[in-house]
Amino acid sequence: MTAVWAAVLATAAGCYGLKLAGLVVPPRLLERPLARRFAELVPVALLAALIAVQTLTSGQSLQADPARLAGMAAAVAALLARLPFLAVIVAAAGTAALIRLC
Amino acid sequence: MADHAGPPAAQETPTEPADPPAAAPAPATPVRDGIGLGLAVGVSGLAYGAAAVSSGLTVGQACALSLLAFTGASQFALAGTIAVGGSLAAGVVSAVLLGSRNTLYALRLAGTLAVRGPARVLAAMGVIDETTAMATAQPDRAASRTAFWATFGTLYLTWNLATLAGALGAGRFGSPQNLGLDVVGPAAFLALIWPRLRSGRAERAAAAGGALIALATAPFLPPGVPIILAAPAALAVAWATRGRAADGTAGDGAAPGRVAAGDGAAR
Repeated sequence: MTAVWAAVLATAAGCYGLKLAGLVVPPRLLERPLARRFAELVPVALLAALIAVQTLTSGQSLQADPARLAGMAAAVAALLARLPFLAVIVAAAGTAALIRLC
Repeated sequence: MADHAGPPAAQETPTEPADPPAAAPAPATPVRDGIGLGLAVGVSGLAYGAAAVSSGLTVGQACALSLLAFTGASQFALAGTIAVGGSLAAGVVSAVLLGSRNTLYALRLAGTLAVRGPARVLAAMGVIDETTAMATAQPDRAASRTAFWATFGTLYLTWNLATLAGALGAGRFGSPQNLGLDVVGPAAFLALIWPRLRSGRAERAAAAGGALIALATAPFLPPGVPIILAAPAALAVAWATRGRAADGTAGDGAAPGRVAAGDGAAR
């Protein structure tokens, strides 16, 4: 087995282990109101961070890609118009693709 | 409902009768939305497969990562480190570090999924950004579970097939950016947290805090680390609003962790 294979398998084991760890935590640890509230808010905070990073950075530098920004603006418009989920996605990706075509 | 900042008891004021708590995009169509998201995001596996092979991974190694790690950011991190000639150990560490946010997601989903034994072993593989976003956007627990499994199943299949295709045809595909696929992720996440952003000030504070922390630290830290640093924002907001913590669920000792769905309505 090569070193690269070892790295691949170590990464896979680590990533899977981290997922499983969260699922096997004894439920009573989450009984405290503060812990519940935290678990409840974590996806919102992390996904918002992910949205910001995916929209406004490229690699490690802050970058405002016009097509990407326009795509996200289209998503916001679609959300405000209460379009269904898939329509929001299509509007965002379509807008970004169109602007890159031009 | 945008400026609904009052005390908890005043939350469900009838000011907008046509606006039930989970009104915006996600509710009630967990299967369709899950499959749609799985397909759209899974296609990015093409980019990963191509990137992995051009980084020096074999087709088998690229596919093994998708099959066994199944968390895109970590996979890109390992491939990227190898591509720039970084040490394998550093690649593994950054990839695993990137995967740590899935632990937090799993904590949140544990009560909702309520899986044991083999089902838990399988469910763990599926705990990632997309499945968490989709599951936590649903109006009730049953829909959350359905959304999780629909998104997981579709995305797992698509991601792995796309990885294989990208790895085999590395370089022959146009950039997924040309199709606007790089916007699919952020747009989907925004759509999925949208109802929660509208539902409470605490959610908006956690989101804004998380986004600001991530953007402020992104230039200085390895990709992915800024995301996990958003977790303290959630903790701070949880602490600041602890007085109203777990409203409506505090009394149900029977199902701890079942903060899941439904509680969107409690706020």
